[in-house]
Amino acid sequence: MKYALLSDIHSNLHALDACLAHAQAQGVERIALLGDLVSYGAFPAEVVARCQKLQQDGAIVLRGNHEELIQTHHINSANPNPSLGSQTAEWTHDQLSPAQRFWLEILPLTAQVDYMLLVHASADAPERWRYVEDERTAGLSLDAACAHPDVRYVFGGHVHHQSLYYRGTGRQLMAFKPTSGVPIPTPKHRQWIATIGSVGQPRDGNPRAMYAVFDSVAAKLTFHRVAYDHRAAARAVREAGLPDYFAQRLETGK
Amino acid sequence: MKRLEAGSELDGFRIGACLHAGGMAHIYEVTYADERPAPFDMVMKVPRMTAGDGAENIVGFEVEHQILQVLHGTHVPRFVAAGDLVNLPYLVMEHVQGQTLQQVLDAHTHHRTRAEVTDIARLGASIARAAHSLHQQNTCHLDIKPANVLLHPDGHAVLLDFGLSCHAHYPDLLAEELRKAVGSPAWIAPEQVVGVRGDPRSDIFAIGVMLYELATGELPFGNPQTDGGMRQRLWMDPTPPRRLRDELPEWLQEVVLRCLEPEAAKRYPSAAHLAFDLEHPEQVKVTKRGKQLEGTPFFTHFKRWLKAAGMHYQPSPLPSQQIDEVPIVMVAVPHHEASDATLYSLRQSVSRSLGLRPGARLAVVTVISPNLSSTSEHDKSETTLHRQYRTMLQQWAQPLDLDDHQTSYHVLEATDVAHAIVRYAEGNNVSIIVMGAATHGLQMQRFVATVPIKVAMDAPCTVILVKSSLPFEHLNS
Repeated sequence: MKYALLSDIHSNLHALDACLAHAQAQGVERIALLGDLVSYGAFPAEVVARCQKLQQDGAIVLRGNHEELIQTHHINSANPNPSLGSQTAEWTHDQLSPAQRFWLEILPLTAQVDYMLLVHASADAPERWRYVEDERTAGLSLDAACAHPDVRYVFGGHVHHQSLYYRGTGRQLMAFKPTSGVPIPTPKHRQWIATIGSVGQPRDGNPRAMYAVFDSVAAKLTFHRVAYDHRAAARAVREAGLPDYFAQRLETGK
Repeated sequence: MKRLEAGSELDGFRIGACLHAGGMAHIYEVTYADERPAPFDMVMKVPRMTAGDGAENIVGFEVEHQILQVLHGTHVPRFVAAGDLVNLPYLVMEHVQGQTLQQVLDAHTHHRTRAEVTDIARLGASIARAAHSLHQQNTCHLDIKPANVLLHPDGHAVLLDFGLSCHAHYPDLLAEELRKAVGSPAWIAPEQVVGVRGDPRSDIFAIGVMLYELATGELPFGNPQTDGGMRQRLWMDPTPPRRLRDELPEWLQEVVLRCLEPEAAKRYPSAAHLAFDLEHPEQVKVTKRGKQLEGTPFFTHFKRWLKAAGMHYQPSPLPSQQIDEVPIVMVAVPHHEASDATLYSLRQSVSRSLGLRPGARLAVVTVISPNLSSTSEHDKSETTLHRQYRTMLQQWAQPLDLDDHQTSYHVLEATDVAHAIVRYAEGNNVSIIVMGAATHGLQMQRFVATVPIKVAMDAPCTVILVKSSLPFEHLNS
């Protein structure tokens, strides 16, 4: 089965649609959305509607930290100078219907399918949103997930970077920087953990959207970068009156 | 896995004779079990491992399983099929005909002979070309040794056994945080000893060891059995080959010792450069390295030994990227009816191309008609003509700053100029051809494909077509 793994969409409808079209062209059979569907971007309601439709069609949809962040009001008398993040959370909250917010709130934190554990952040404590950002933190997540005998792969998002960690001949995990579009053999007799990057807000200096395709039969993982109309997405952020910073991030990919 | 019976069937293949029973794997001749004809002879490699083994040879088989499937070209056995690594590990690949370099060396040992210099150069160039083909595919072999080099009857070399190889697009399964030496002790490069995996110049070092063996019958660093023994090559120069065999030419010693430099940056920057020198011995620039007959003095070794103590792992860039940075640049210089403006502009363009790429090599080429030479008139004898044209090329190149760039001059004889240029570029792994946009046959342009267009269409690499422009014209107006 070919899975498309998408994470950190962040209300970026342009990027989401481009990745879904790309995934379809790869012959993907099932979609998994690994959290952080909303915040930052200009289309929270449209993105949530799209994700709800995907879920009805069989997609796995997980909860990320931003799904929690947008539930409550942040700007109040106790917080007179809200951060940029709080401002977009506030705005996003107002764009979503109560039914959509409820749907986001009850999304699961993890899913286990086909030897994979899917999680937004780290598998060792999914609700604490720890970053998997180096060999050590990747090891913690992988060890926790692989305590279950049917797990060989851990796929997550949260860090907005594409990385693969694996066991070499030593004890510690090794980090690997993937080349986009190259299928990497990830045989099942080893244990693997990958962060698949961000669909809607890349931060490595390249504005192209990130996602990954995992072929569970061939045991191959392919990281992708997808060009999309990031200028239009940035324009929409400005037009919505959101902080300019988030528009610039889409333009520069930083 | 236990040994397979001849005549039995495995996953659609009929097992034939066992060709090799090594410590790591068995190799069998195979055919398709359904009698369907195969386009070439095939062998099956089956590791000796069982599911519970955790040894390095299993990882090695996994690495080869991974890499052989994506390599292409005539310098690797063609991949046919692979079994599941856990349940049914095997690889089926082309059975390449020919003898290994080890067999060549053994025959010399047996007959108490040494390889001829021309044969050493020919073999070395074939192997270097094979290594370059791998490097272009982002793979470093990292275990090139005589037993892994197969010499095809038509002269090209095929590299075998990718169990220790490293493909830059895949996680390196043999890497570990402690960065241990992985390789065969006699041929392993100094940087591999400290755990660097993925530098194409490590393969150049291994080729240097084999050239040394071919030339002298000895191993330059012996066959050390300990880590300390292997570390010697981080600082030690081997005995100059000419000290062991005095009739060896200086150019060959220059080439061999350059391959064996302890610091990768002092070796040939790419295997294509090495092949180039081995194919054009008369163009090798011989330095002290090629002339010396004495070993390196104690104090020099001592200083390097101190430096080597601090050597540790550093990641290397992608092989293809690394060799792209040191291209062979070829310039086709017209030898008649060329205006000063043309010659000037060509030089400017070459200067710019080289300026961007320290370490790039320059081949200055001109193509003359075979009718020009004559066997009866001394003035027009082939050697005299070639010398004349070569001098012309050297004069043309004089104003260039070539300190950082090895440069050679070549006079080719051919009636089809474009064909000769393309053939030369193919044969020498040229990355960039610089030529005049309209220097060859401008008048004919409306009737036939002109030389620059034919070259641009057929060349295996980038072609820079230079338009003439002379700054003085503007000064006069």
